[in-house]
Amino acid sequence: MELFLHQVLAGLATGGIYACMALAVVMIYQAIDHLNFAQGEMAMFSTFIAWQLIQWGFPYWLAFGATIVISFAAGVLIERVVLRPIHDAPVLSHVVAFIALLSIFNSGAGFLWDWTIKNFASPFGAGPFLGQNLINKHDAGMIAVTILLLVFLYLFFRHTRIGLAMRAAAANPESARLAGIRVGWMTALGWGMAAAIGSVAGMLIAPVVFLEPNMMLSILLYGFAGAVVGGLTSPGGAVLGGFAVGVIENLAGTYIPVVGREMKLSIALCIIVAVLCVKPSGLFGRPVVTRV
Amino acid sequence: MLLRPETREPPVYAVGGITLAQWRLILLGAGLLVVAVIPFVLKNFYIFQITLAIIYAIAILGLNLLTGFNGQFSLGHSAFYAIGAYTAAIMMENLGINYVWTIPAAAAVCFVFGFLFGLPALRLEGIYLALATFALAIAIPQALKSTVVEHWTGGVQGIVIIKPDAPFGLPLNSDQWLYVLTVVVALIMYVCAVNLVNSRTGRALIAIRDHPVAASAMGINVSLYKSLTFGVSALYTGVAGALGAIAIAFVAPDSFTFVLAVALFVGLVVGGVASIPGTLVGGLFVLFVPNIAESVSKGLAGAVYGVILLLVIYLMPTGFAGLMRLITAKLMRPSR
Amino acid sequence: MSNLLEARELNAFYGSIQVLFGLGLEVEDGGITTLLGANGAGKTTTLRSLSGMCHTNGEIRFDGKSIGGRATEDIVRLGIAHVPQGRGTFSRQTVEENLQIGAMTRWGRAEIAADIERVYGYFPRLKERRTQQAGTLSGGEQQMLAVGRAMMLRPRLMLLDEPSFGLAPLVVEELFGILRTLNKNEKVSMLLVEQNAALALDLADHAYLIETGRLVMDGPAQKLRDDENIRKAYLGY
Repeated sequence: MELFLHQVLAGLATGGIYACMALAVVMIYQAIDHLNFAQGEMAMFSTFIAWQLIQWGFPYWLAFGATIVISFAAGVLIERVVLRPIHDAPVLSHVVAFIALLSIFNSGAGFLWDWTIKNFASPFGAGPFLGQNLINKHDAGMIAVTILLLVFLYLFFRHTRIGLAMRAAAANPESARLAGIRVGWMTALGWGMAAAIGSVAGMLIAPVVFLEPNMMLSILLYGFAGAVVGGLTSPGGAVLGGFAVGVIENLAGTYIPVVGREMKLSIALCIIVAVLCVKPSGLFGRPVVTRV
Repeated sequence: MLLRPETREPPVYAVGGITLAQWRLILLGAGLLVVAVIPFVLKNFYIFQITLAIIYAIAILGLNLLTGFNGQFSLGHSAFYAIGAYTAAIMMENLGINYVWTIPAAAAVCFVFGFLFGLPALRLEGIYLALATFALAIAIPQALKSTVVEHWTGGVQGIVIIKPDAPFGLPLNSDQWLYVLTVVVALIMYVCAVNLVNSRTGRALIAIRDHPVAASAMGINVSLYKSLTFGVSALYTGVAGALGAIAIAFVAPDSFTFVLAVALFVGLVVGGVASIPGTLVGGLFVLFVPNIAESVSKGLAGAVYGVILLLVIYLMPTGFAGLMRLITAKLMRPSR
Repeated sequence: MSNLLEARELNAFYGSIQVLFGLGLEVEDGGITTLLGANGAGKTTTLRSLSGMCHTNGEIRFDGKSIGGRATEDIVRLGIAHVPQGRGTFSRQTVEENLQIGAMTRWGRAEIAADIERVYGYFPRLKERRTQQAGTLSGGEQQMLAVGRAMMLRPRLMLLDEPSFGLAPLVVEELFGILRTLNKNEKVSMLLVEQNAALALDLADHAYLIETGRLVMDGPAQKLRDDENIRKAYLGY
């Protein structure tokens, strides 16, 4: 029993990472109506920027804040400069553009900061949380920040005009234009926000998995999985989905004999696919009702 | 007095005085000529590379049938490629069966796998399907490394295959013979694909892609067609995998990661979604462009690749085939 | 009475294909003008051109100011509301959110809330469904929502693209009655594109007839309605 509890808690701890990433994924999905495969690499690149600022002597929280602002600006810039020309291209071409961005960021980070693992400080300190041996301070801090972000996003999208404008622009760009919404800038704003959230996710994840250019590849996938399980239209669901994925992965790795460390990812993904087969729009997603 | 309305034949379009139908024949003929001449003109290594490009083209053709013509978004075709490759390898090295039989075997095995995966996939649309297939792409290499099947798959180290020689004592070396084999298989598969796409079945697939509800209302069994398409698509990519295994003479789990799945997808879009000739361009792209990127800058190979990819998408948002269509449309004039 | 909207020598293109040829039309301030024609004649294209959604050349003037070549978002802010073909509903948002989206260019929370109530006054059925996902509404309700959304702009001119399309006759009658009221009470001028000529001529003051991209006739709606020859030759009834 104690093993089980321990594994569940460990799963929740890693799940916190996935939840944070899942939130960023859902954020961009709400803004642009498709998944940005380069999200992970952008988050990784932002984290490297933060690392570099700290190396140059910036205090942690200043670097943290500066990175968020820089990431936001970069996100807006990418949408306006890189993605604008293919605006009218089919969806599949957009996916290829995201793949291109992924490649550029991954390679660029390796080139600028090389491929060795670096340490990234945690603002929450090390050691067990509240003295108990359940979860450590950093994991607790990560979960807290993720929940704060979630609340912020919820309030933003549901209760502000600009949040509604962004949702409208993503849902039906032509009608949004007819309502006077500047769709191009709404999309750019969405990208900026997603990049900013991604950078927060990266900076929270790096202390745990260590900073290196490939750190986000599998985490992005877990983030997608969490977002999909929870439902792409539900930020809260995505966060819960992220935690769920963490727990499932850990339990599968512990209790299913065939599954070694390498197979954990596959098992988690298989379970995700199973969930989707039963509930295609995710556990908490709003099923999209269409009239035939 | 009765006036009969003048009946006019619809115009036939031509570029430079030659009709489009005639152009297609000319290009096909020229292409076949080039293909026939290659093994006698190029060095072994280049023959090997062209063979690989054709193999990737077949794999992309498989993906095209599923994603391009039937609208089912797959980011996991490396899985079927891997299954085809391992089928060939296991048959050749563990079971001692002649390599020629591995190709139909890979086709059959992959068709079954594809069909079976297609069944639950029926419930998934768009991005969810993409993720599910991506999950498959991640899972397969890990499954291949697993200790449970190590006895057959050779685990992490994979299986080394002995490259076959030309049969009947033909005066061709290994690379030339594999080239010929690949071209023959490719020709058969491409002809089948063209026939499929232009048939009633092909139209049903396209109808399902464009408007599944209307297709269903017209009596098309959407579920059956979608699952079968998955199977056929996997079959094509699996055959490519088998050929690839024989050509490279080696299979290992890390050769078939999601990187391959992404590469095939990129090849599909660059060549032109729903374009059969485009897959050849896609195959060439997948083979050569990463190498070009690396030769430009070793340290920034990925970044260069990304930039090239962006430029290609800017210049040809609908792929090479789309670009050809645009150019043809601009140059077309009615010839009568 | 002055012209609120004027178009002269308007040509429109889809890519390299020209679809409108030298169109000229006017909408009087406070009036309802209708543009009639068969399928594919270019009616929708005309409205899209006025909203800046098509490639055009020629002159378009709204309230004296030239708007040709401007972006849709800017044209909308000048006071032109376009109710598109197919309603343009934000299906995943609720009815109330749809109306709020319509008011996105305006400020003043109290005024916007008051306007939403006013729209509900015209369309009580929308109020019943205010928290329902808009995509689940019937065709008639979605059309009303589209008009309501347009009203949230407090427009001076409303462009309506085939509002009767796919709606039951009773619903159409109700809708057109509301349009008449909106025109009188809210002083909204309208340019109405319709295939259903009888209905449109009943509502409008002035009518234009378009055939394969060219205007072939215009005149007071009454004249077209009463002239049997014109009706039989062009309008099929």
